[in-house]
Amino acid sequence: MIKNLAGTDLDVNEEGYLTNMAQWTEPIAAAIAEEEGVGPLVEGHWRVIRYLREQQSKGAALTIRGMGKSGVVTTKELYDLFPGGPLKKSSKIAGIPKPVGCI
Amino acid sequence: MNSPSQPVKKICLIVSRGSLDGVYPALIMANGARMEGIEASVFFTFFGLNALVDKTLDHLKVATVGNSAMNMAMPMLGLPMTMPFPTWMGAIPGVSAFATHLMNKEMEKLDVPPVREFLDLISDSGGKIYACKLAMDMFKLTRGDLCERVDGILTVGQFYEEAAGEGSHILFT
Repeated sequence: MIKNLAGTDLDVNEEGYLTNMAQWTEPIAAAIAEEEGVGPLVEGHWRVIRYLREQQSKGAALTIRGMGKSGVVTTKELYDLFPGGPLKKSSKIAGIPKPVGCI
Repeated sequence: MNSPSQPVKKICLIVSRGSLDGVYPALIMANGARMEGIEASVFFTFFGLNALVDKTLDHLKVATVGNSAMNMAMPMLGLPMTMPFPTWMGAIPGVSAFATHLMNKEMEKLDVPPVREFLDLISDSGGKIYACKLAMDMFKLTRGDLCERVDGILTVGQFYEEAAGEGSHILFT
């Protein structure tokens, strides 16, 4: 389906995750963050977002443990930055698919 | 009664077993809850306390005796699941350690952390870790015997108080 965010028509799935990560821009990230109740994006958010996009383009599986060990952010910081579902929300804002793992 | 659309807001898990396979499911469920924005607490009682005692928590073992569902595929030798794993075999010295080694290896591949790191992860994510007062008294344990991530030693009544709230669920594992 198509969703208009930050003045751009985007391909998204029924949960609102971008289906084409190439359509993602920083203003789109900010718009999704606002929808998700994640406050204005600060440097910590951007570090996580950049890391997620980098991992996704490498095809690496994302886990909460991997995030904590990445050196980009601690587990505590990740939960503070993206309250209510750290990996799900950060992935959505980063324009990558919803993580499928249990861990 | 809650309608089916009532979301789970909080999950309180009780762990009464202290084998590796007895402890992991609750840790995975608690961490998974936090990842979904659901509050989580884990209450360790009876032999489950082994997962909190500093001296034992890094050495939990897969139970290879008295486990009728154990077979040659899980987590032993990669043989068919239909091949039984006789209980007497599980009693041979080293077999439980070997099964544990295999399970730990598989868990690592799946990015499931060892028990100590798992407790850190749950604690850092805002999950709560509790020890059962009665079981502590029974095993003559004190706070000093437990790892630092334990948030408190609770009586049964305190555990139920902690579990209070709309959309809160209690699970015995």
